[in-house]
Amino acid sequence: MTRYLSLYFTRIGFSVATAVLGAVFALPLIWFVFAPFNPRAELGLAVPDPFSLANFETVFQNAFALRGLWNSLIQSVGGVVLVGAGATLASYALSRSPIRGKNVVTYILLLFSSVVSGSAAMVPIFLIVNGMGLIDTHIAVILVFAGGLLPTAMFILRDFIDGIPKSYEESAMVAGASPVQAFFDVALPVIRPGVVVVVVWAFVNIWGSFLIPFILLRSSEKMPASVAIYSFYSEAGTPIVTLLAAYSLLYSLPVIVLYLFVSWKFGFRFFGGIKA
Amino acid sequence: MASVSFDSVTKKFGDFTAVSDLGIGIGDGEFVCLLGPSGCGKTTTLRMIAGLETPTSGRVRIGDRDVTFMHPKDRKISMVFQDYALYPHMNLADNIAYPLKVRGESKEKRHARAREVADVLKIGQLLERMPSQISGGQQQRTSLARALVYPSDVYLFDEPLSNLDAKLRLEARGFLNHLQRDMGMTAVYVTHDQAEAMALATRVAVMDAGVVVQYAPPLEVYRRPATTFVANFVGNPPMNLLPVEAMIADGALHLRADGLATSPLKVTRAAAKALEGGKSLTLGVRPEHLSIASGGEENTIAGQLFANENMGPEALVTLEREDAARFTARIFTDEMVALEGRVRLGFAADHIHLFDGEGLRLPLDGEEG
Repeated sequence: MTRYLSLYFTRIGFSVATAVLGAVFALPLIWFVFAPFNPRAELGLAVPDPFSLANFETVFQNAFALRGLWNSLIQSVGGVVLVGAGATLASYALSRSPIRGKNVVTYILLLFSSVVSGSAAMVPIFLIVNGMGLIDTHIAVILVFAGGLLPTAMFILRDFIDGIPKSYEESAMVAGASPVQAFFDVALPVIRPGVVVVVVWAFVNIWGSFLIPFILLRSSEKMPASVAIYSFYSEAGTPIVTLLAAYSLLYSLPVIVLYLFVSWKFGFRFFGGIKA
Repeated sequence: MASVSFDSVTKKFGDFTAVSDLGIGIGDGEFVCLLGPSGCGKTTTLRMIAGLETPTSGRVRIGDRDVTFMHPKDRKISMVFQDYALYPHMNLADNIAYPLKVRGESKEKRHARAREVADVLKIGQLLERMPSQISGGQQQRTSLARALVYPSDVYLFDEPLSNLDAKLRLEARGFLNHLQRDMGMTAVYVTHDQAEAMALATRVAVMDAGVVVQYAPPLEVYRRPATTFVANFVGNPPMNLLPVEAMIADGALHLRADGLATSPLKVTRAAAKALEGGKSLTLGVRPEHLSIASGGEENTIAGQLFANENMGPEALVTLEREDAARFTARIFTDEMVALEGRVRLGFAADHIHLFDGEGLRLPLDGEEG
């Protein structure tokens, strides 16, 4: 009896503890959902009263901030296309071809990738981009992101492709497909779930990044949202909470939409067709 | 259809020799099984016909074409993979029709042809399904349909039945045999299941450590295994092998081992030659050629009863001898008697096999020539 009682209390204790922990994590999210609709929003949590879209109206009058969202989209999509295409082709080759030392290549790339997009390399990157005359261009931001994200993307994808039996492409080639046909007809659809993961990961990375565009871009009409968000700070550096909240919500929408779209369209899963 | 031939083909993976100096030929319309334990080089051999591996040295020919370095797509071959390799993102119709798609057939034509083949294989009603939505047996037939959807010179099978359960495997095996009779296709079939090889092949190539040990029709392999390896690999349960001492006396060959009594055998030239090098031979008797001895001691072997497994129509009776060697007999249950303690199994003198010190078959009376 006492044993059941203690089990009972253990359960209650566990549930309470997890509920408290959950609440701690939920609070900022609830603020994040409520504050944009509250014209008197402060840092404290409050239910909007009255519920209003006034914050958004003000934000939409800020051309610089809206332009920032568009710029973010250009840079993210550009980077994602490069990373997605490059990583798919490179990791497929690394996984399937009998190149000697390919493991070493992958690991060295991985090691340096964190350096390339990290702040430690900002000065040389700035000098290189400057030397190429690409300062203040979208392409500079896209290239630097692609360079920084590609090795990790390749590493993730290569691992994924290594786990896919070669017999898919082999059966296609025996059936009469050229290597290119086998890749596009069979291999690519099969590795698509892995590509999707890499694409989403790269998009989120670029979308949220501040330092690289801040350093490589000059003109305000090219700044992405991560930089433009500072236009909702007063001269003194204090945030205008109402506008910041509304803009933050707009800023996070594309990422949420991307996740929903991907999980609806592809699903983050692998479909089997090989009998193990 | 076409023949296939290997011209002293060797395949090495680094330091490991997977296939060594292979020189077999496969006739037009033949169904050849490559039989052997895992790692014996049989799959590598098959993949060299397919073009999925390139020989380290030697030549591979299909018909009169030298295909040694030809890309798989140009070889006019079909292959069924062990894991089926069905494309998970295509439905069965598209899976089966894929070889026609890469050949540029119109969608209507290739789907019509896919339906035809699928109907023969009794999966016609599943064409809209995805591979993950059908059973293992249906997946197997889909991969077979994909291989049969277009005419090929050679059909390759890489252990296609090993992922099926026992009952489906028998069914599929019967169907493959029927297909072979129907189409007269040239086929190369890799398996480690000796029963499959016996049932399907017109010729069996038994492989061990990258070498073809024996290449002969199935009955020949069964009746006159070339080595103790083949004797042990073909047959279920495998042939009983017993080291014996041999000597020639009074113009006859006498075999000696504890608990063994054989009638004197005729001395063949090969036996006489083998005994120049030593006096140990290996005696082989198949389980199905042993019976419970009833009369005298001649041509019998004795031991303690170890196991008596009833299988329905027949029982496996196993003896254990003093030297821990075991001898198994397949006895029809109708001929079964109560067994206990020391048991004596009898065999006919014309059903024994003899192998020399290196495990090579010694021809017996009537085989030499």
